[in-house]
Amino acid sequence: MDTNISFTLKVWRQKDAHSEGRFETYPMSDIPTDTSFLEMLDILNEQLIEKGEEPVTFDHDCREGICGMCSLYVNGHPHGPATGATTCQLYMRRFKDGDTITVEPWRSAAFPVIKDLMVNRNAFDQIQQAGGYVSFQTGGAQDANAIPISKEAADEAMDSATCIGCGACVAACKNGSAMLFLSAKVSQFALLPQGRAEAKRRVKAMLAKMDELGFGNCTNTGACAAECPKNIKLSNIARLNREFVCAKCSD
Amino acid sequence: MEENKMNAQPIDSKIPEGPIAEKWTNYKAHQKLVNPANKRKLDIIVVGTGLAGASAAATLGEMGFNVLNFCIQDSPRRAHSIAAQGGINAAKNYQNDGDSVYRLFYDTVKGGDYRAREANVYRLAEVSNNIIDQCVAQGVPFAREYGGLLANRSFGGAQVSRTFYAKGQTGQQLLLGAYSSLNRMIHAGKVKSYNRYEMHDVVIIDGRARGIIAKNLVTGKLERFAAHAVVIATGGYGNTYFLSTNAMGCNCSAAMACYRHGAYFANPAYVQIHPTCIPVHGDKQSKLTLMSESLRNDGRIWVPKNIEDAKKLQAGQIKGSDIPEEERDYYLERRYPAFGNLVPRDVASRAAKERCDKGFGVNNTGKAVFLDFSEAINRLGIDVIRQRYGNLFDMYEEITDVNPGELANEINGVKYYNPMMIYPAIHYTMGGIWVDYELQTSIKGLFAIGECNFSDHGANRLGASALMQGLADGYFVLPYTIQNYLSDQISVPHFSTDSPEFDAAEKKVQANLDHLMGIQGKRSVDSIHKELGNVMWDYVGMARTKESLETALQKLKDLRKEFETNLFIPGTQEGMNIELDKAFRLRDFITMGELIAYDALNRHESCGGHFREEHQTEEGEAKRDDENFFYVACWKYNGNDETAPTLIKEPLHYEAIKVQTRNYKS
Amino acid sequence: MWLTNSSVGRKVVMSVTGLFLVLFVTFHALMNAVALISFEAYDAICEFLGANWYAVAGTLVLAGGFAIHIIFAFWLTFQNRKARGNNRYAVNARPKNVEWASQNMLVLGLIVCCFLILHLVQFWAKMQLPELMGDHVMNGTFYLQATFSQLWVLPVYLIGFAALWFHISHGFWSAFQTLGTANDKWIPRWQCISKWWASIVFILFAVEACYFTWFFAL
Repeated sequence: MDTNISFTLKVWRQKDAHSEGRFETYPMSDIPTDTSFLEMLDILNEQLIEKGEEPVTFDHDCREGICGMCSLYVNGHPHGPATGATTCQLYMRRFKDGDTITVEPWRSAAFPVIKDLMVNRNAFDQIQQAGGYVSFQTGGAQDANAIPISKEAADEAMDSATCIGCGACVAACKNGSAMLFLSAKVSQFALLPQGRAEAKRRVKAMLAKMDELGFGNCTNTGACAAECPKNIKLSNIARLNREFVCAKCSD
Repeated sequence: MEENKMNAQPIDSKIPEGPIAEKWTNYKAHQKLVNPANKRKLDIIVVGTGLAGASAAATLGEMGFNVLNFCIQDSPRRAHSIAAQGGINAAKNYQNDGDSVYRLFYDTVKGGDYRAREANVYRLAEVSNNIIDQCVAQGVPFAREYGGLLANRSFGGAQVSRTFYAKGQTGQQLLLGAYSSLNRMIHAGKVKSYNRYEMHDVVIIDGRARGIIAKNLVTGKLERFAAHAVVIATGGYGNTYFLSTNAMGCNCSAAMACYRHGAYFANPAYVQIHPTCIPVHGDKQSKLTLMSESLRNDGRIWVPKNIEDAKKLQAGQIKGSDIPEEERDYYLERRYPAFGNLVPRDVASRAAKERCDKGFGVNNTGKAVFLDFSEAINRLGIDVIRQRYGNLFDMYEEITDVNPGELANEINGVKYYNPMMIYPAIHYTMGGIWVDYELQTSIKGLFAIGECNFSDHGANRLGASALMQGLADGYFVLPYTIQNYLSDQISVPHFSTDSPEFDAAEKKVQANLDHLMGIQGKRSVDSIHKELGNVMWDYVGMARTKESLETALQKLKDLRKEFETNLFIPGTQEGMNIELDKAFRLRDFITMGELIAYDALNRHESCGGHFREEHQTEEGEAKRDDENFFYVACWKYNGNDETAPTLIKEPLHYEAIKVQTRNYKS
Repeated sequence: MWLTNSSVGRKVVMSVTGLFLVLFVTFHALMNAVALISFEAYDAICEFLGANWYAVAGTLVLAGGFAIHIIFAFWLTFQNRKARGNNRYAVNARPKNVEWASQNMLVLGLIVCCFLILHLVQFWAKMQLPELMGDHVMNGTFYLQATFSQLWVLPVYLIGFAALWFHISHGFWSAFQTLGTANDKWIPRWQCISKWWASIVFILFAVEACYFTWFFAL
C-alpha cells in the first residue's frame, strides 16, 4: 500500500513583506505516500536546517482541517488538487513519482505576504468585527428551547457556519473577492431568527468593510465555491446579494 | 521527595460556606463588585483566545473593563478549541431521561475518579445550562429535531443524553460564537486584539501580576503590556508528548512562565489519553488525528478472539472484515456490560492497550484495535450512518485510504464493512495551574481558566466536558470572581511599562532568546522534541511504574543537556523565526515533562488518566488509594529548572458525594 | 449612492443593464427573423423604427445601457485586477464547474463591442443617423443586401455571435445571482435557462446571417 515517490518542489521564498520573492527548487526523494503534504514540508525543513539554511515558513496549526490556518496554493489550486480538503488533509498519494509540485502563497492585495508562504489574513477579522455577531450581553439569554428553529434552517445555517476562514475563496478568485467568506457569515445569521433583528445593519456594515479593505467585486465565476475546502455553496452569495439589495432598498 | 512532603503549608482554596447547591449563589450574593464607572479604569490582560480566553475577553469587555487579548495564531478564531468535535454537556434534561444538575455533577466527579474539587464541579454543572442558552442566543447552529427544538446525543461516562452538538464541529461553532462576541467588543473598542503575539513572561510587581512581556512573532520584537490583572487561558500541555491530538502550536510556555514565578502547578500527572485516534503510521508523522468519541455511539470496538487471527492481521494476510462475528472479541462490551463501548476515555484506552500488549493488535505495528460499524449499518442503513458520521468517514479515508462505509465482505449472509483502526493518543491534560474557587492562582492578580487550570475534571475528563468548562470559566465564572479581586484595585492608576520590574522582565526574556540563538549546535528543535515525545510516551505514558518514571527523569535530564548544548536555530532574531519560537516552547516542554514525571512518581496509586502498574486490581482496573492520596498535588517551583519542585497538598473534602470505587460494569 | 460605491451595487448596475441588453438582442433577433419570412414586412419595421421620437428615445436609452454596461465593466475589471495584487500565480488551473466564459467576460465583451461597432457602421450609420440628419434613406432590405452580399461578412458575424453566446450564457444567470434571485434550486435552473436563451439568440442570428448571405451573395 505504501510506496515512496520522488519529485521536484518549487517553493516561493520571500524574506519579508517588503522583499522581492522568488521560487526555489528543491529535489525531494523517497517520500512515503502516506505522508501528509505538510509533513513532507516538515521533512524539507529538517533537511534545510541540517544544511544550516532557514526553513520554509508556512501557516499551519491543527493539521486536521478545521482551524483554517494552512493556506498553500499547490499546483494552481488553493489547498492543492484534493477537493473538500485543506492543505493539511492533502496526502502525498495524490502525487506521482517525477512530478513537479509548485507551492505558492495566497496571492491577493488584501492578503500581503509576511514571509515565504505565510500571508496576513487580518482583513477577514476586520470584516467579522464590522458586524459578524448578534449583539447581546452575556447572561441575557432566554431558555435555549424558547425559540423553535426549523431543522432545515438550522442545518442550512450550520452549512454556512462551517466556513473556516482560510481565505481559499479569495485565493481562487481571479478578482480577489471575499464574497464567499462574507456571504457564509451573513447567511448563517440571516437564516436564524436570532440574527434577523440586526440583519440589515449587519450586511451593510460587513460589505462596506470588505469593499474598504480592497477585495475585488464578485463576477460569479464560482471558483471560490469550487475550491472551498468546506464546500460552502454559491447560493450563499445570492443570499448576501438579496440581503444587501433589500436592506438598501428599504433605507 | 521525602523532604518535600514535609513541607506542607496550608493552602486556601476559598470554597464558600454552605451546602454544595448554594455555594455559588451565596458567593455571588456576597462577593465584591466593581461599579461601571470604575470598570473603565481597570485593564485586564487575557492571554489566549480559545473557548475560555475568547469568552472571558468578550464578557469582561461587555462589562466595561479594558481588555488586551493575545493569541499566537493569525486570528483569535484559530485557537485549538476549534477542533473539538463531539459536543458540549449540559444538564437541561430536554430528553426527559432523568438528568439534573446533580447528576451531571455526580457523573463528572465520578468520571474524574473522585479527584476533582467538589464545589468547582457543582458550579460547573450549575452554569452548564446558561452556556447552552448563551450559545443559542449568539446564533450557534446546534443540531435540532424536526419540531425545531434542540437535539442531544449520548457520550462516554453518562447514562443520559445530555450532549448538545453541531455536526462533528461543535468546538468550531462554539468558538466562532465566542469569537463573534469578541469581535463585537473589539469593534466597540473595549477589547484590543493582538494576533501573532506570544507571551514570554508575566511581570510581577509587589507580589501581584501586573503585565506581560510578549513577542511580536512577525517583527521578532519584545513588547511590554501592563494591566491590573492577568488571565492565562493558554490551554494544556499535551504536546509535551510530541505526538498528540493538540495543534502544532499548542504549548505550555505561558503556564510555565507562571509556574516559574511561583504559581503552583497542580496534578500534572493527569493526562488524558483518548481511545479513538488514528494509529501512528510512521516516524515522519507530526500529529495524531482524533476520531470523535461520538463514533462510539454506533461503533463497536473489537480485536480478534484468537491470537492466530491477530498475527495474520499484523502480517497483512487477512483484513478485519474477513473475521466473522463469532471470532471477534468486543472486549469493552465483555468487560463493562453496563456502559459497553461508552465507558469513560481512560477505561477505554487502557482496555485497548491491554489487548494490544497481549498481542491482539490488528495492524502492522500491533498497536491498533478495530472500531466497527457493520452492525449499525446493517441495522440502520448506510445512509443514516453516513448522515451521522459522513464527514468523519471522509476524513478517515483521506488519511488512511480506507473507506469505513464500504461493504468489504459477506460471511454466512452477514455483511461486514471495513472497520476503522484506532489507538489511544494524548488528547487533553486535566492538570494545570492551580487555582482557587475564584480561579485565581497562588499569585495575586493572576488567573487561569479553561484547560490551562486544573480545577474541574479530577483525574479524568468526560467527553464533551472540556467545552463546557472552557465556556463556564470564561462567560460565567471568571467575570464575576475577578471583580472580587479588582474591587480594591480601583484606585490603582493605569500602569506604566517603564518600571524596573518591566525592565528586568524584558531583560530576562531577551537573555533567554539570546541564549537559545547562541547555542549553535547541530540538532533541530523538532528532532529533540520527538525524542522528548518518545521518552514521555514510553515511560510516562499510559502505564507508569516507579522504575519507568525514574528512568524518565534521568532521560529528561540528559535531554535538557542535549537541548542546552546541541540545539541549532538558523536565521536571526529579527523578523519571523519559527525555529526560535519552537525552541522557546520546547525548553518549557522539557521542564513540563519532568513535572509530569515528578507528580506521577509521587502518586502511588492509579486514578483516572494516571495509571501505575503497581496499583491495579486483579482484573486490571485502576486501584485508588484514598487514604493517602485524596488530595490535589500542587508543585512549587524551586528557583531553577534543574531542582525538583516542592509538593504542597490541598486536601479534598467531599460533602455531597460518597467516595467509592468507579464501576462501569453494572 | 450604493449603486456606485458598493461592490454589490456596482454589480447590480451591471446586472440590470446586462439584462436590458439581453432583452434588446432578443428583440433584435426576433425583428430580423421577420426578414426570413418577408422583406416587405422587414422594411415596414425599419420604417417604423426610423427617426421617430420614440425610436430616437429608445436608441438613446439603449446607447445609455451599453455605455453604462461597458464603463462599469472596465471600472470593475480595473478594481478587480488591483485587488488581485501585483504578484500573479505561476501555475493556474481552472477548477471543474467553473465556466470558461465566466473568467473571460471582459474579453468576450470586447469582441462583442468590436462587432457592434462594425454592425453600427454597416447599418445604423447608414439608416437612422442620416435620417436624423435629414438625408434620404433607402429601405432596410437594401442595406441587408449591401452588407451580406460581401462574403467576408458572414464569418465575422458568426464570430461576433459566438462571443455573444458565451457572454450571455454566463451573464444571464450571473445577473439573477447578483440580484439575489437565486438559491440552491435556482442556480442550476438559471444556468440552464441561460444556456438555452443564449443558444436561441445565437441560432436566430446565425440562421438569419446565413440566409441573407445565401440570398444576397450566392
